[in-house]
Amino acid sequence: MAQYRISGYKRPKNTKKTLLHLLSYLGHHKWLFLLVGFLVCVSTGANLLGTYLLKPVINRFILPGDLKGLLEAVCGMGVMYLCGALATLGYSQLMIKSAQTVVQEIRSDLFAHVQKLPLSYFDGHTHGELMSRFTNDVDTVQEAMNNSFAMIIQSFLTLTGTVVMMMVLSIRLSLIVIVFLAFMFAFIRFNGSRSRKYFRRQQEELGRINGFVEEMMAGQKVEKVFNHEKKDFENFCILNENLRRESTNALAYTGMQVPTVVSLSYLNYAVSACAGGLFALAGLMDLGSLASYLVYVRQSAMPLNQFTQQVNLLMTALAGAERIFDLMEAEPEEDEGDVTLCYVKEENGKLTESAERTGLFAWKAAEDTLIPLKGDVRFHDVVFGYVPEKKVLNGISLYAKPGQKIAFVGSTGAGKTTIINLVNRFYEIQSGTITYDGIDIRRIRKDDLRHSLAMVIQETHLFTGTIADNIRYGKLDATDEEVREAARIANADSFIRRLPDGYDTMLYGDGGNLSQGQRQLLAIARAAVARPPVLILDEATSSVDTRTERLIEKGMDAIMEGRTVFVIAHRLSTVRNSKAIMVLERGEIIERGDHESLLEQKGRYYQLYTGQFELE
Amino acid sequence: MLRRLFSYMGKYRKYAVLAMICITAEGILELLVPLIMADLVDIGVASGDTSYIYMKGMQMAVCAVIALILGIGSARFAALAGQGLGAELRRAEYERLQQYSFSNIDHFRTSSLVTRLTSDVTNIQNAVSMGMRPFCRGPVMLVAATGIAFSINHTLAIVFFIALPVLGVALFIITMKVRPLYSRMQGAIDTVNRIIQENLTAIRIVKACVRGDYEIAKFEEGNQNLRTESETAFRLAALNMPAMQFVMYGTILGILLYGGKLMRVGNMQVGDLTGFLSYVLQILNSLMMISNVFLLMTRSVASGVRIMEVIDEKIDITDEKAQDRKVERGEISFEHVWFKYKKEAKEYVLSDINLHIEAGQTVGIIGQTGAAKSTLVQLIPRLYEAEQGVVKVDGIPVQEYPMEHLRDAIAMVLQKNTLFSGSLLSNLKWGREDATMEEVEEVCRIACVDEFFQRLPKGYDTEMGQGGVNVSGGQKQRICIARALLKKPKVLILDDSTSAVDTATEKKIRERLQQYLPSMTKIIIAQRISSVRSADQIVILDDGKISDIGSHEELLERSEIYQQIYESQKEGVEL
Repeated sequence: MAQYRISGYKRPKNTKKTLLHLLSYLGHHKWLFLLVGFLVCVSTGANLLGTYLLKPVINRFILPGDLKGLLEAVCGMGVMYLCGALATLGYSQLMIKSAQTVVQEIRSDLFAHVQKLPLSYFDGHTHGELMSRFTNDVDTVQEAMNNSFAMIIQSFLTLTGTVVMMMVLSIRLSLIVIVFLAFMFAFIRFNGSRSRKYFRRQQEELGRINGFVEEMMAGQKVEKVFNHEKKDFENFCILNENLRRESTNALAYTGMQVPTVVSLSYLNYAVSACAGGLFALAGLMDLGSLASYLVYVRQSAMPLNQFTQQVNLLMTALAGAERIFDLMEAEPEEDEGDVTLCYVKEENGKLTESAERTGLFAWKAAEDTLIPLKGDVRFHDVVFGYVPEKKVLNGISLYAKPGQKIAFVGSTGAGKTTIINLVNRFYEIQSGTITYDGIDIRRIRKDDLRHSLAMVIQETHLFTGTIADNIRYGKLDATDEEVREAARIANADSFIRRLPDGYDTMLYGDGGNLSQGQRQLLAIARAAVARPPVLILDEATSSVDTRTERLIEKGMDAIMEGRTVFVIAHRLSTVRNSKAIMVLERGEIIERGDHESLLEQKGRYYQLYTGQFELE
Repeated sequence: MLRRLFSYMGKYRKYAVLAMICITAEGILELLVPLIMADLVDIGVASGDTSYIYMKGMQMAVCAVIALILGIGSARFAALAGQGLGAELRRAEYERLQQYSFSNIDHFRTSSLVTRLTSDVTNIQNAVSMGMRPFCRGPVMLVAATGIAFSINHTLAIVFFIALPVLGVALFIITMKVRPLYSRMQGAIDTVNRIIQENLTAIRIVKACVRGDYEIAKFEEGNQNLRTESETAFRLAALNMPAMQFVMYGTILGILLYGGKLMRVGNMQVGDLTGFLSYVLQILNSLMMISNVFLLMTRSVASGVRIMEVIDEKIDITDEKAQDRKVERGEISFEHVWFKYKKEAKEYVLSDINLHIEAGQTVGIIGQTGAAKSTLVQLIPRLYEAEQGVVKVDGIPVQEYPMEHLRDAIAMVLQKNTLFSGSLLSNLKWGREDATMEEVEEVCRIACVDEFFQRLPKGYDTEMGQGGVNVSGGQKQRICIARALLKKPKVLILDDSTSAVDTATEKKIRERLQQYLPSMTKIIIAQRISSVRSADQIVILDDGKISDIGSHEELLERSEIYQQIYESQKEGVEL
């Protein structure tokens, strides 16, 4: 709850646009919000009117001792108060309901949009950054919606009402109050900007300590092995003390606002009382009016305080909302493809589309022609750079025929992974063409393109869930037997069965206790269960021992019979029996051929193989 | 729970007390002002005494100025106390974390530990800094206003005796009911955050598997649940306000009616009635304030619990049995060692390990993925503790060495290694702070860091960046080896830590280790046969058991597993 105060105090850059966007969300519940606004007015009105009515009730009924009249008046006030309280009940409940609905919608839209963003977006933004949109920023919006909306209307009405009442009672005296209110307002503005400065510093310190803690947590095992605990603790204490100092300043200045405004209001009260007393002496005002005037003076500070506080919160929330909407407006992945993937069956040598899962696929173009999916991938003079100025691939041409195993070898940064990322259109090429079964991949719908390729990538990621769930991620409707079969192919079955609950063992937090090698086996099982026409293995067995790797290779070769496989590896033993091995250097293919012919060439591959050259 | 949290305030306790005094004094002044005002009007204006009016006006102004000073003071002291508490909590947590064993660390997740150290503490410190004012003012106002109300008219106070308990009970019930709802809401938030986090880190997998819709459906479920939980909690909490209004309005009406009656009998003045009214409202208001503080506290209690879990975690590896001794030679033996990561696990990760390593020997460990090679060596510096059996160094069980000495003597280069932000030199000096430049240069030579040293832009001052992004995998591994050597250890454990180094350089490192540090015991876990073939003995681990021990030739002769591994790499480099 307190987090928004920390992340906050940043002003939105384009208030109007953000507000409009936010209002469009509220727009879905227009009537609800109007009703809330109306109920807030009723509730505030009842409160103000009640205070106003006290004087006439006392004067007219209590002083003359008119009990019957008093009873009637009290009944009347009772009805009014009841309406007021019911209105409060109504608006507070409705407000929460609608706020939660809106927040839920925002979260959903945000998440759905993030799924559509291209990978280049994720490259340019850290997870923490994106994560904080969902947590901090959505929180500030929620907090503001829960409270600020109603409070702003309420405190504004109360403030205006009070000032009007004072003016009615005495125009001249109310000038004093207005001057003081202006003072208070100025102070609040000044203090606000001052505490914002400290909050920024606190934010920086918080960032520093977060960075430190994260780094130390990640390197905790190293820290232990090196007995480095004491030294790190000292560093931590320094950062901790800095953070304490800055956040104390930040909070001291924020905390000052309420008491200062209250004190100013006492001063206001004192001056008003003196002036009022003198006025009364001079006969400009009667005692009763003075008394109730002073009550209003006393009441005037709080709504001002509340109003400014809530406006501040609203501003923070708008800044949060702006960051959320910025993310929502980020350009999604292009997908103009119209060629889709479908199941087919073959009858008398002719392909027809089938609703069943036949295990045979075909590409279906708009004109209803069916092209059988074979896995023939060709690059024609492909040029690509993650940033246009810096080319990572320079005119790559290659072909992979169905049933072939194609391997890429080369240093880090040579462009191996990049080639793979282009096949499934994680990134868009700058020139040249990539065809898949003769179709330009840009014509293929992205989802279908990726469905036809299974990928095992360098960093393995596991999801919270059971081992079986994680394998099933490759094919959601896989049966238990299929899952087991895939695990056996990946050579993961034996270690899985030794886990406390076997296939039902829960994994938390990216697979905690599993070793890097075991995680890779699970990732391979995930690909094996999908049985794709094309398989891409990007350093998929880098942490697996060579013997296990050989077993996996055998299993995978069996299921990939007649299909295309791309392999990227550091370890040459992994790629040795590929049909074609491409040696990449600085975005160009410098050697290609099978193992034997490459060795004969006595080029870079030969050097690598004989350990004369280090791949980095 | 709260008491325990506050016990961490330590030296900042005095600020908390000062803040409370300031707030209380300010509250009393606030009650004083209307009394002075009443005198001003009732006596000053009534008698037409201008100087009396001025005097009272001055009194009020003085009160206001004092209140201003107190207010600023209270804000500063409350901030000092709250942020001080936060700093102490973070310190205590971090200090405790330093004592954690690997299995303690595994118990929490890294990301969760980070949150517990940062945002959970922030929640608490801000609750204290901001809650202190209403928390102290509430009771002061309550007591003082009650006293004054009574002194004005104790018959009329009956109304108030009905109103107070009604509101009190209502607020109490709301607060109590909201508490469990908040913790359920927190759970829902955690789930949603976890889904987002996993989705973001695994976005490539999600895209490659085309699981966007599946992820959205998963998220929707969590999102819907979060919405339901938070709506329930917030709606209940929002009942505070209307409940307060019902009681307040009821009281006003009651006082008007009853007061009117009393006045007719002549027991009351009109001034008293209005005064009484405003005090009663004050009382109800303070009650409201107190209940708000409780709601605030309730939310921070959840954070408090999470912090205390970190502090209360039972540390399973301690220096309990340690005596003051150091590792002299580096002889290692495993005697019937059994190990598993969790007590509940059915099968052992290591079963009945018997192994003897002489000081100065080189031992290779080889075996397939998941054979527990890393687990085995991690028992030596007591990163984990054997469940049965003993691990001995120099013939003495590892538990009998102080951890600091044990780990100083045993250097380990981990499989997943980390360089920290800072220069190359500061990273190397992790091994030993006071190492001389000659020593640094020597270990760099042994670990073949010197080979690429020339290519580093600023030599030893080259920034390694977070996680060492500026060097390649093989270079990083060599730096990590050098760092370990700087400790001048008796035992060096290389856990698959030359995997990215080319075979020729690897060979060079091995030879230099043998040449410069012959008396150091070397344990090498490797994937490549070439890395271990020259070792004095090679241990083959299979499914957590030792399958065979012997030299390269012996094993090639008799071990089927070894033959298979050899076969799979045979066409590799002949060394």
